[in-house]
Amino acid sequence: MNAHVFKPDMPPPVKTVGVLAWMRANLFSSWVNTLLTLFALYLVWLIVPALVQWAFLDANWSGTTRADCTKDGACWVFVQQRFGQFMYGYYPSELRWRVDLTAWLGVIGAAPLFIRSFTRKAAYGIGYLVIYPILAYLLLHGGSFGLVQVPTSQWGGLTLTLVIATVGIAAALPLGILLALGRRSRMPVIKAVSVTFIEFWRGIPLITVLFMSSVMLPLFMPEGMSFDKLLRAMIFVILFQSAYIAEVVRGGMQAIPKGQYEAAAAMGLGYWRAMALVILPQALKLVIPGIVNTFIALFKDTSLVIIIGLFDLLNSVRQATADPAWLGMATEGYVFAALVYWVFCFSMSRYSMHLERKLDTGHKR
Amino acid sequence: MQNQIGARKGLSLSDPRVRAWLFQILTVVAVIALGWYLIHNTQTNMQHRGITSGFDFLERSAGFGIAQHLIDYTEADSYARVLLVGLLNTLLASVIGIVIATLLGFVVGVARLSSNWVISKLATIYVETFRNIPPLLQILFWYFAVFTALPGPRGSINIEDLFFISSRGVNMPGASMAAGFWPFIVALVLAVLAIVLMVRRANKRFDETGQPFHKFWAGLALLLVIPTCSVLLFGNPLQWEVPQLKGFNFVGGWVLIPEFMALTLALSIYTAAFIAEIVRSGIKSVSHGQTEAARSLGLREGPTLRKVIIPQAMRVIIPPLTSQYLNLTKNSSLAAVIGYPELVSLFAGTVLNQTGQSVEVMGITMAVYLTISISISLLMNWYNKRIALIER
Amino acid sequence: MSEAIKQPVGAEGIIQMQGVNKWYGQFHVLKDINLDVRQGERIVLCGPSGSGKSTTIRCLNRLEEHQQGRIVVDGVELTNDLKQIEAIRREVGMVFQHFNLFPHLTILENCTLAPMWVRKMPRRKAEEIAMHFLERVRIPEQAHKFPGQLSGGQQQRVAIARALCMKPKIMLFDEPTSALDPEMVKEVLDTMVSLAEDGMTMLCVTHEMGFARTVANRVIFMDKGEIVEQAAPDDFFDRPRSDRTRLFLSQILH
Repeated sequence: MNAHVFKPDMPPPVKTVGVLAWMRANLFSSWVNTLLTLFALYLVWLIVPALVQWAFLDANWSGTTRADCTKDGACWVFVQQRFGQFMYGYYPSELRWRVDLTAWLGVIGAAPLFIRSFTRKAAYGIGYLVIYPILAYLLLHGGSFGLVQVPTSQWGGLTLTLVIATVGIAAALPLGILLALGRRSRMPVIKAVSVTFIEFWRGIPLITVLFMSSVMLPLFMPEGMSFDKLLRAMIFVILFQSAYIAEVVRGGMQAIPKGQYEAAAAMGLGYWRAMALVILPQALKLVIPGIVNTFIALFKDTSLVIIIGLFDLLNSVRQATADPAWLGMATEGYVFAALVYWVFCFSMSRYSMHLERKLDTGHKR
Repeated sequence: MQNQIGARKGLSLSDPRVRAWLFQILTVVAVIALGWYLIHNTQTNMQHRGITSGFDFLERSAGFGIAQHLIDYTEADSYARVLLVGLLNTLLASVIGIVIATLLGFVVGVARLSSNWVISKLATIYVETFRNIPPLLQILFWYFAVFTALPGPRGSINIEDLFFISSRGVNMPGASMAAGFWPFIVALVLAVLAIVLMVRRANKRFDETGQPFHKFWAGLALLLVIPTCSVLLFGNPLQWEVPQLKGFNFVGGWVLIPEFMALTLALSIYTAAFIAEIVRSGIKSVSHGQTEAARSLGLREGPTLRKVIIPQAMRVIIPPLTSQYLNLTKNSSLAAVIGYPELVSLFAGTVLNQTGQSVEVMGITMAVYLTISISISLLMNWYNKRIALIER
Repeated sequence: MSEAIKQPVGAEGIIQMQGVNKWYGQFHVLKDINLDVRQGERIVLCGPSGSGKSTTIRCLNRLEEHQQGRIVVDGVELTNDLKQIEAIRREVGMVFQHFNLFPHLTILENCTLAPMWVRKMPRRKAEEIAMHFLERVRIPEQAHKFPGQLSGGQQQRVAIARALCMKPKIMLFDEPTSALDPEMVKEVLDTMVSLAEDGMTMLCVTHEMGFARTVANRVIFMDKGEIVEQAAPDDFFDRPRSDRTRLFLSQILH
């Protein structure tokens, strides 16, 4: 019997590792690939230097009027001058601290939800969802506790965008869950009503929904009852959004194995208890990424309120670019707005991807 | 039956079936009550405001002009015609947007999977940039920062005296029927028939003898030769009219208005980012084992893609792709903001303002979109059932 | 038992591997592999998981690229030249652990795809050949079903028939029975035995030691990326030379 002696591990040959080998494998593996690489590099060379030149090197950074923009590049002076309007709309400047405070409260209040060691997330989350909107409304709208009232017609900019998007998603969530339950119900009438509702809202563009809010809602209400424009838009955004949330939640409920339903029934839980204690907690955890994605879609869609004359971020920018004192600033304005939207959407989509990956490992067998 | 069971068990609220019935009846009552309440309010409101109801207004003359119409339209035409013009403009923008978005999306999606690092990174940057910016913002950008910021017609960018790019859009030569038009169409039909026959023969020959036939080149030859003969015999099928600068604008020829270009470009670029992701995940969903099996059988790159990977990826790609197409169609309504004369801006905007008949106008508008959505999703369900992999 | 198959073994080497080394990144997966396979030889590769046995046979039809050494298959050297790789793949059939049948094609279409597109065979001829081999693996009646409708054992037999339709000179088996339910292993092994009886050159990665004893001319034991021992099955199982082989055998043959 021989004792087998294994050969030692050798390092790979130099030509297969290192920068050159990487370049050969990833950039120049064949003549087609080489051509593609050169073409792509040419594109980059065409775009990037010109962009940097315009946005940074030749850009105008300081000044107060259009006349201060003397260089060829971007006139960021415009964005600086109108920054307040882009963020707060016509919210009185001496009261803007209230908007900032609301935002900070929101961020700080939500922080515990992201702390891993915090165990009572569900209870805290529900409490937060109930208390924060009331606080935010009191702060933003004022009119009590000695705060000066700021009518919603003065709200605007990014503030309004965020208000519509967060209220839209938060209020649509419970309605969406009910609709999802309804769509999976075994009662034919409930199912039919839910399906009709969901498919109706999903079948029409948001813009017609907003049109409806401005021309139809006043007709639907009893005479003499009138709503604020923002509230009208919000009601319809919520209805619209709940249909999308319902579909996301339904997807999550379908992913829950049948055994869970059977186990809940076997324990003698009635329908509502089984849903509230067993199915929904699992399903909702599964659909958080989906809800974040819906939120991203809604965040982008809030820009449509332009059609009913609300001044969200995009409409504020559009209005500012139409100002005769700042003609020709469309590019700067829209690039800035795009950047703001992009930062929000991109970070949220990364977060949702991160969640998906986390949930994925949690559910793998 | 129900009574008998009820009699035996007693009509108790603890019986889930009784509760289900009760609950459903309550729902029906609530829905009807809500509907009645809304209708009642609407009727009283309309009476008090003196708005007539009904669809008679559709027959009335519209009295306004439309910048782009695919069918003949004058100010004297009816509101019904306006509806049709708007619908056609919506469909035009949607179809062209869908074609461009699909091409671009497939290229970018495949590029993201490329082994070439630069190409795949560029594709990733494209996707992450454009899908995170609201489509409306992109439309406004193209419209205000690009197309209407171009020089006016007098300073237009002139390409060979045929194409003129200015703030009024792209003016290009327009075609109209000439003497040889119908013979040319007949020749085209003949060429297509000949190609179909040729392909059939070639496939049959391939099945029987295994000898491939250069279908593509033969087809191209047929497609060129037969119509050319028609042109030589009967004259040109079309006559071209080149746009001329007269006064402050171009006269004659065809024009792509800036609203149309901003809308289709922005929506194509935006939707292509989503399509690219769909294509990428569709191709990735085909397991690597399939490629290995095809390779080990000696299949080359081309047949492996065409016969093994793409047919399987398409099953995953097509359902979400359709919903992107639907989204693009619905998003084309964003053009209302820049005044492209499509369904929403023409009908729910101008017509509603002129007639005040909001219920009817909104009803028709939503019915059109719902019809499009529902017919496409029915088609999708049918298609999904057809292509589902047969498992036991 | 080991006398069951007596097939003449040719003298010339149909596969030659000389000093083959392969790395995944920094990880040395194949260390100086030298292997000579003669026409008609039936070789079983065994060893613990991660020992490089699958990688070895996947190098033979370029599903994996080796970085050092020389591989010659049927007189053609494997280089980066696509023409040569294709030429080799035409002559080398492969059967995978997870079957890898094309789920969107019927059994018959699975079998005719490569003959039609690689060998440029007319459809009728390709179908005749496919039916012939489907009869050989005893499932001609399933020809118009889809892979998803068949059991695992049936699918693996179709995979064997699909590879045979290309009339390969060499067959590679990469753990063909590992993904099967126990009751289906035999039907696949029987098919492989009958293939061996016809004189096919075979390289099998498998843990079926009964199969190795009855069918193989040579058993190769690999561990940590190198060939530890190779011998005729009787010698290998009854008189292993190395301590590592003995340990492995004691672990799998209770």
